[in-house]
Amino acid sequence: MNEIHWEPREPPLVRVENASLRLGGKEILSGVSLGVCRGEILTIIGPNGGGKTTLLRIMLGLLSPDQGQVTRAPGLRIGYMPQRITFDPVLPLNVRRFLTLSTPQPEPALLKVLEEVGAAALLNAPMQNLSGGELQRVLMARALLRDPDLLALDEPAQGVDVHGQVELFGLISKISHERGCAVVMVSHDLHLVMAATDRVLCLNRHICCTGSPGSVQANPAFIELFSPRALGNLAIYSHQHNHHHDPVTGKECAGKECQHD
Amino acid sequence: MDDFLVRALIGGIGVALVAGPFGSFVVWRRLAYFGDTLAHSALLGVVIGYLLHLNLTLGVIAVCQLLALLLFLLQRRRGLAGDTLLGILAHSALSLGLVLLALAETLRVDLLSYLFGDILAISRADLYWIYGGGGVALVALGRIWRPLLAITVHEDLAQVEGIPVAKINWGFMSLMALAVALLMKVVGLLLVTAMFIIPAATFRRFATTPESMAAGAAGCGIIAVVAGLSASYRWDTPAGPSIVIAATLLFTIAFLLPGRRLH
Repeated sequence: MNEIHWEPREPPLVRVENASLRLGGKEILSGVSLGVCRGEILTIIGPNGGGKTTLLRIMLGLLSPDQGQVTRAPGLRIGYMPQRITFDPVLPLNVRRFLTLSTPQPEPALLKVLEEVGAAALLNAPMQNLSGGELQRVLMARALLRDPDLLALDEPAQGVDVHGQVELFGLISKISHERGCAVVMVSHDLHLVMAATDRVLCLNRHICCTGSPGSVQANPAFIELFSPRALGNLAIYSHQHNHHHDPVTGKECAGKECQHD
Repeated sequence: MDDFLVRALIGGIGVALVAGPFGSFVVWRRLAYFGDTLAHSALLGVVIGYLLHLNLTLGVIAVCQLLALLLFLLQRRRGLAGDTLLGILAHSALSLGLVLLALAETLRVDLLSYLFGDILAISRADLYWIYGGGGVALVALGRIWRPLLAITVHEDLAQVEGIPVAKINWGFMSLMALAVALLMKVVGLLLVTAMFIIPAATFRRFATTPESMAAGAAGCGIIAVVAGLSASYRWDTPAGPSIVIAATLLFTIAFLLPGRRLH
């Protein structure tokens, strides 16, 4: 598990090559390339407006880049957990119905996947009554029902309290480990997410740096991008959980350092 | 009971059956203004149907379909805010209808009956339209029900899960256009949206599944039609508005009843 399994030994599940996108005359992404391999957890971090969600949507095929290529492995099954999903109380929908919206599933399968995400008691709960943490677990269950090769999570910890966030990132690690599926996460949260990831990609319209959490934190481009306060939090956290200040995977990071204006 | 009243009842019940499920989607997807826009184009359909020597109902259906297609294509380009676009189309279609109506000198129509409906004048042919067209619309809606619901809850999620979002959305808009053209006959173009949203909103708090809400909305619509027609017969009030008032009274009663809360 602790091997550097993000190095591409097999063709990646999703590969983005030199993707650029402008929306309304504004440059959102420029020359972004990345690949996601089986079994790895990749976290995309970066400031608001840095194009994180856009990049994820391009990887999922919800958006097409103006330039560049996106290739997905044939028959790739994606489980997607979108950002900020809200349930209008005007639509009566319980968890059971929500899970089976696109494909019918037998009840044992539903209970099993809810068990896996720790939400078995919610099967008949109305969607609009769920708390932030419960909702994220149910969304995760729907993504897992498809038995995905790739889990795409957009701000999975949004609307979840700090205690719940620790649990949630733990759950994501466990699922990736047990199922062997790749995970791509978008997060603007710096410290919690670092513990649960193999590789970090720092995005601010272009890729600023990428590598293991330890190497990215030491990268000048990364330090310049985030405020000292956020980095302070990160430092405290990394002292407790990451003693590798000289990680083996730092080379890619150093090589792709970028110039900021 | 008089013949015309029997036909009005049968027609009204047919329309309520169609309005229930479609109205539920109008409420869930916040399409009230979209339904209104389609309805506003109906008068244009009448005039064009007359000028081209078509069946007038067919003219209304055709123009509603064209408008739905136009809206579908325009919304994909995302230049203007949705309600601005709808407002432009709704009122220009209505105005164009009124102007052409004035120019077509040989066409004498009772404008009020198109604006507010003329359920008491429903003919046997109208009943065939309502039940034939309504049946087609309901069966087709049933066939796209599951993917449409998935799109209603979250469009991106549905697309990632392999649902052909654009195709289903266009299919629904086209069916809505058909439903609007049929509802027109009973309540008129200004009150179509009321038939969609009031019964659905009335039954929301009693429903636990999307399907029960659709069925309950149809039931509430039927009660409103029967009550409105009875009032209209008894006190000689205009039928379409009476039905809408009956629906509103029903909504108010349901709203005031003690029971489960929404939130």
